[in-house]
Amino acid sequence: MTERTELREGREGMPGQHGMTSAVDTPVEKPAPRSGLLAVARAPGWVRYALLAAGLLVALWLPNGLYPAVAVDILCWALFAVSVDLLLGFTGLMSFGHAAFWGTSAYLTGLVAIHAGLPFPAAVLAGALGAALLALPIGYLAVKRTGIYFAMVTLAFAQMVYYVANEWRSVTQGENGLQGVPRAFFGADLTDDYYFYYAILPIVLLGLFAAWRIVHSPFGRVLVGIRDNPARARALGYPVHRYKLTAFVLSGFLAGLGGGLFAVGHRFVSLDVLHWTTSGKAVIVVVLGGIGTLWGGVLGAALVVRLEDWLSFSGFEAIGLVTGGIFVLVVLLFRRGVWGTVAHLARRRAAMRRDRSG
Amino acid sequence: MSGFLQNTFNGLVGGAFYALLALGLAVIFGMLRVVNFAHGAFYMLGAFGAYVLLAEAGVPFWAALVIMPLALGLLGMVLERAVIHRLTRLDPLYNFLLTFGLTLILQDLVKSRYGVQSSPYATPDELSGTVDFGLFDFPTYRVFILAFTVLLCGAVWWVLGRTRIGMVVRAATERPELTRAFGIDVGKWVTPVFGFGIALAGLAGVLAAPMRAVNPLMGADLIIVVFAVVVIGGLGSIFGSVAAGFGIGLIQAWGEAYLSDYPLVSQTVVFVVMAVVLLWRPAGLFGREEAPA
Repeated sequence: MTERTELREGREGMPGQHGMTSAVDTPVEKPAPRSGLLAVARAPGWVRYALLAAGLLVALWLPNGLYPAVAVDILCWALFAVSVDLLLGFTGLMSFGHAAFWGTSAYLTGLVAIHAGLPFPAAVLAGALGAALLALPIGYLAVKRTGIYFAMVTLAFAQMVYYVANEWRSVTQGENGLQGVPRAFFGADLTDDYYFYYAILPIVLLGLFAAWRIVHSPFGRVLVGIRDNPARARALGYPVHRYKLTAFVLSGFLAGLGGGLFAVGHRFVSLDVLHWTTSGKAVIVVVLGGIGTLWGGVLGAALVVRLEDWLSFSGFEAIGLVTGGIFVLVVLLFRRGVWGTVAHLARRRAAMRRDRSG
Repeated sequence: MSGFLQNTFNGLVGGAFYALLALGLAVIFGMLRVVNFAHGAFYMLGAFGAYVLLAEAGVPFWAALVIMPLALGLLGMVLERAVIHRLTRLDPLYNFLLTFGLTLILQDLVKSRYGVQSSPYATPDELSGTVDFGLFDFPTYRVFILAFTVLLCGAVWWVLGRTRIGMVVRAATERPELTRAFGIDVGKWVTPVFGFGIALAGLAGVLAAPMRAVNPLMGADLIIVVFAVVVIGGLGSIFGSVAAGFGIGLIQAWGEAYLSDYPLVSQTVVFVVMAVVLLWRPAGLFGREEAPA
């Protein structure tokens, strides 16, 4: 417990450091806590439980209100976004190469499911473990740099993975992609996306819960301490590189979980899953939802996946124009993201009420 | 022997493109602390602009070589004023994201107008043919690219190192507050420097048009290799970026020539070099150590 209070003091004691050290930051003139999570954590208990219950209800209802295949995509992307936010929002590292883990797991899951005929959760687990294994060397090298360099290094290594997959045609089938990934599950018929959604929902919720657990553990508090003031964390005796690497591997695992489910969901894996645009999309989903809010990523995933589906359904071809436009607008005008904005408004109202009563 | 020399020459020509792009990235980064993801898109626009000018208006290569960098430099300056400027006070990652979005937009704009197929661009007559170097012949156009790039990098180096403008830019790069305290208007130089970096990317694009396939995605994968190049050279070091550009070009060409059975090698060697550099000198070969994080 002591390390927690130490770090939180450090965080509030040196606001001037924020702009220098953390990966993404609101401007210095806004000293409000950036983490929407903190705002929710401080909200009264009934608000938190009500939000959780509402979220679960929406998750249970989703494939009834949306095209089930889209709902499945949203779940997978939610995991992907949360994995990116774990690094971006809570460790201060912007990975621009997370497609490497998402895609590697997608291919591994596909291969295991096709060749070993295991039930799909086992295949997905194998894929996610493979992604975590890949995250180890990449993370080891990448955490040697911070800030913008970290983004460039992860982007470069992800591109390397892309080239390898592109060349290694005997395994990945190159441009044709892996086809016919089965959805085996002890003889249950999951060919209908509607039932498949409910089959993967527990796995996704487990992954989201794991992310929440990580962020709220003492380990997670140290990560936030490193994000806000690495020098101080180091001075306190925390092995900063090792903490960052651990976070990176955990994040790779979660991204892999999402990627594996994505592969089974589409029954098809193409090189797109490893492309740098996929990495970029994951980051913008997080920024749109709200950096450092965890649940914001889920919201961002829902918005972006739904929008893209709507665009392709209405025959609009230049999707990059819209995705790029979202990037530009969000970064220019909406840096707090959806969840961050809501949390900010809630905080302001609470502060006003306090002022009135005090 | 002549085979080796020829491969080396090819490597230097390939490296010239990396060097030009890395130089622009480094100059922009030095002055604005912005890593411009859209650099590859501007390279593509340079090549595409040259193609469109020739195909639709009959403007020759030499004119395009002047027009495109000027036009793109101007566009870069407008962009800097309009959007990038608003984010420079924040963390550099925001501008990285912004320029990433711009890349997607620029690519799709070109794609929706001209499609994804590659368009050919004829080598200008004056530069077709080969030059005889005794041991081997070399296409004149490639000799021209190499000579032109070396001269250009030398000129940029001279401007930065020996002129008053260069002095201001270097000072503003290293100690912006102190430079301001000396009564120098640093802000005045930010926009032109950004425009200049973009103009270099456009120039590289025009140079690439006769040699490489002109298509909307030609800059997309290239820019990631250039990122690896500047990590290797050290983004803060202009000399390092250019040297790493030529170096990586050489290594790739040798890999292509002597390990041609393994195409993966020449594609990924730049990332392997980057990994080694990160292990051995994390700040880059010519970079200075970052302030302790």
